[in-house]
Amino acid sequence: MPDTVIEPPPHTVPVVFTRALLDWLPWLEPLAVEALSERHIAALVDAARVKSAYFRLLARDPDALRARTLTDKDIFYNSDAGLPRAERELAAAATSRFNGCIYCASVHARFSATYSKREADVQRLLDEGVNADLGERWNAIVAASVALSTTPITFASQHVERLRRVGLDDLAIADVIHAAAFFNWANRLMLSLGEPAATPAT
Amino acid sequence: MSGTDTDVIDALVGIEPGSALDAVRNRRPQARDQAQASYRALFAPEIPGGFTATERFAVAAFVTGLHGDSNTAAFYAAGLAASGASAELSGAVETAIAAARGQGPYGSYPAGPLSREDTTGPTHRVAAETRRALGSRLAAAFDYMHLLVFHPRDAAPAELQALLDAGWSTTDIVTLSQIAAFLAFQIRVVAGLRVLAGAA
Repeated sequence: MPDTVIEPPPHTVPVVFTRALLDWLPWLEPLAVEALSERHIAALVDAARVKSAYFRLLARDPDALRARTLTDKDIFYNSDAGLPRAERELAAAATSRFNGCIYCASVHARFSATYSKREADVQRLLDEGVNADLGERWNAIVAASVALSTTPITFASQHVERLRRVGLDDLAIADVIHAAAFFNWANRLMLSLGEPAATPAT
Repeated sequence: MSGTDTDVIDALVGIEPGSALDAVRNRRPQARDQAQASYRALFAPEIPGGFTATERFAVAAFVTGLHGDSNTAAFYAAGLAASGASAELSGAVETAIAAARGQGPYGSYPAGPLSREDTTGPTHRVAAETRRALGSRLAAAFDYMHLLVFHPRDAAPAELQALLDAGWSTTDIVTLSQIAAFLAFQIRVVAGLRVLAGAA
């Protein structure tokens, strides 16, 4: 059978940025669970991801998926100093808000709110956008993430200086750069290969 | 062109062993190694399938050219030449870049409260003469790359159908998306670390 685009089942399209749990529906056929080889399963890194249509679609290029996932994990989960996890997630959420990835923003806004316990500020970022006033430290991180996300890139020495003034050292600034850069990767995968769907109320 | 063992981000930023930025990158060793492993997976894959090295570097030269970072663009243009691309193809890629430059991100949201944030910009199609030089398969990929570089939130199934119609398989399209998305990352890490290095 020739390859085709697949039509997602009827669903509710989210029309606002939200911290609610969303689903993601692919536009191309993911690999079937029973078709996964050992190489594909290794590429998922976490065995539980076999349930995810997104990861089974990306598993069509297993080496690229595996390296993507391991890059992601070190940028966000490596707890050796640098930027606190809450603020790496803030950079991810701000990048996703700016690029317009409703799905990615929902996941990383939840993480940022969980780790920072600043639910109201995270929600303001989602509601008002990247110009919301979140206090100078968060404003500096959001502004740096936005400047890194424009094309052409507008990140410049004044962004580094602003991050230093709010207390970030070079490792923490490198974490902002990597978190924002990584979400320019993740946003483009999620936006180009499928679409978000509201999950039914349970 | 550098071999696949040379760390591309280090090379493009100019990070020397033992420098302050080398130490910073070493604190996230897996991110460093796996960013390079991503480059290898996409540009020197063990199993290239039907997606040739010349096509991969042509797409990358286009994407990095659209970002306007001359060092990174020159690296992938050199990779294109080293892959055995003809001078005509390299020239067509340069012509395509010059015709497609812009500013992003722009695009539309699903109709609703976010529609007030919709911003418009071009939906790019490679010009007819350049399409002939690139071939219809590569030209379709370039149209898709422009979307992913500048207005990814406008992505829709019709764009994927256009790629299928031009001869790309489902698996090839996953790899095309990974190339555009990975380069968006790599270019930003390079640009960001370069600024950090200069702001000491």
